Amino acid sequence: MEVVTTKTEVTTNMPTTKNEIAMQLKDVSVAFSGRTAVRDVTFDVEEKKVTSLIGPSGSGKTTLLRSLNRLHDLTKGAVVEGQILLGDTDIYNDKLPTTLLRSRIGMVFQRPNPFPTMSIYDNVVSGLRFNGIKKKALLDEAVESSLIAAALWDSVKGRLKNGGTTLSGGEQQRLCIARALAVEPEILLMDEPTSSLDPISTKAIEDLMGELKNRVTIVIVTHNMQQAARVSDNCAFLLMGDDRAGELIEFAETKKIFNNPSDPRTLDYIQGRFG
Amino acid sequence: MMQTKEPSFNGSSEVAERVSHSATSDRPYKFVLKGAAFFFGAVVLVFVWSVLQAAWPALRQNGFHLITGTSWVAGGNGPFGAFALIADTLITTLIALLIAVPIGISSALALLFLVPPKFRTIGASLVELLAAVPSVVYGLWGLWYLTPWLSHTVQPFLAGITGSQFPFSGPQQGFSLLLAGIVLSVMILPTIVAISRDVISVVPVDLIEGGLSLGATRSQVFTKVILPTSKTGIMGAIVLGAGRALGETIAVAMVIGSNIQMPKSLFSTGGTLASTIATEFGDASGNTGAALAALALILMVITASVNAFARVLTNRAKATA
Ligand SMILES: Nc1ncnc2c1ncn2[C@@H]1O[C@H](COP(=O)(O)OP(=O)(O)OP(=O)(O)O)[C@@H](O)[C@H]1O
Ligand SMILES: [Mg+2]
Repeated sequence: MEVVTTKTEVTTNMPTTKNEIAMQLKDVSVAFSGRTAVRDVTFDVEEKKVTSLIGPSGSGKTTLLRSLNRLHDLTKGAVVEGQILLGDTDIYNDKLPTTLLRSRIGMVFQRPNPFPTMSIYDNVVSGLRFNGIKKKALLDEAVESSLIAAALWDSVKGRLKNGGTTLSGGEQQRLCIARALAVEPEILLMDEPTSSLDPISTKAIEDLMGELKNRVTIVIVTHNMQQAARVSDNCAFLLMGDDRAGELIEFAETKKIFNNPSDPRTLDYIQGRFG
Repeated sequence: MMQTKEPSFNGSSEVAERVSHSATSDRPYKFVLKGAAFFFGAVVLVFVWSVLQAAWPALRQNGFHLITGTSWVAGGNGPFGAFALIADTLITTLIALLIAVPIGISSALALLFLVPPKFRTIGASLVELLAAVPSVVYGLWGLWYLTPWLSHTVQPFLAGITGSQFPFSGPQQGFSLLLAGIVLSVMILPTIVAISRDVISVVPVDLIEGGLSLGATRSQVFTKVILPTSKTGIMGAIVLGAGRALGETIAVAMVIGSNIQMPKSLFSTGGTLASTIATEFGDASGNTGAALAALALILMVITASVNAFARVLTNRAKATA
């Protein structure tokens, strides 16, 4: 959390030069019960940028994303190989507790998943409470700032005691974003965060991402090519190989991927020729 | 029919014929079903009516005293006050719940989340096995194994805690409300484990992962996410367990010491509504038979409402899941 502020200063000190790296993936492979789902993915996640993961269904985007906050730990038979560095820390091999890791790397899921038994307020502060923060003043402050950051404050400030699931789908997703932001993560992982939403809510969340970039690094999986082009700075394109394991075909600035990709398969995909 | 008005291709008339044929062949089947349903309803009505009728002399003689009266003079003409029996029924059920609920819910969580998959099926079969054991076997087990254990170990220990004061006062002879509660707790454990496991297993993975991705520990996910989400269903499991405990007869009769008196401590002997019916039914002198039928009536009202409540809860849990 302090880390965030110091790093902000670093970025503002050198606005035009090459950015800091928030996370490095080195030859990351994930297998389920011996069957490889993604193989040897290597790329860097730039700090305070949006990195998108695109590719056809089954190419391992979700699988790769969930390896970044060790969510596969729960899955019996899931094995993650290679190295994932958060700063200098190897998140699988160094002794970083998963609870701490996950409060530094937040996640927003495909379907909005506010806790149905909790109010809007309690949903937002749930992560803080999990991390042992109890002081009312701190929680109140976090609720307001996170809901403002998620562009939800104005519409819910009068009904914070209402259930989290009383909101519309798009509002629920923004509530989940606020909930993730409240913990002040360095990185926010988003798995098709707008795929269950209507176009207006989708627009709201895309606009939101543009603003969130100033405070958090975002990695987003999306099926929507225009969305990847609109919101992301860098883009990773995954595709299944011959044995149906996902591989990284190309990683570059989003502009390059969409205007001038190096690999013909990337061009085929963004022109809608398969997937 | 369609095909007579609009001459259409062959196939359709054949289909229509088959459909109408199957509709006629359905009729006897429907008739049998309706008859069976009617018969079932009639049996229930006759049953309730006959219990009422049997209980009537006692109801007329004792009135509300049946529920509030504290003296029960077996044999002859009463008075028949079942307050002690109702109290014993509730106390033994409460003891059973106090023991079985925490153990049952923890076991359900462990079966779902901690035990490796191959042991999970073993655990599930174990639960089913426990559920299938006939009550009389639990009764025998309580009689042979738990009675001496209680009088030599558990009761002296508990009496030591309160200095032989309430609720652990009186003779330490094994047979007691406490023992009945303990035996009942084992008997309702499978119900509570099986049902809470079912309702917990439908808690969406999304929510569990949502909790974990915010930095929650596993136990925080259990207590702050899973249990609140499945609260209604777990209540249903508890109430169903209570229903079974309230109505359990033979196992309780074997360990409770069959003695109709106002309970003074958990070490008191006593009798529940169900166990008293089972132990006294041979004595039909005077109005005793009618009084036992009245006990049956009270018991039916209690268990029927508890089960209805459980149904409401489990249905609501299913609807929200
Ligand atoms: N828990 C799991 N157990 C076994 N196999 C899995 C598991 N999760 C994913 N897979 C497999 O990994 C492969 C990649 O799946 P993944 O969900 O990552 O694809 P995706 O790119 O996110 O697809 P989509 O665009 O449809 O969301 C698939 O073949 C899938 O069957
Ligand atoms: Mg996916």
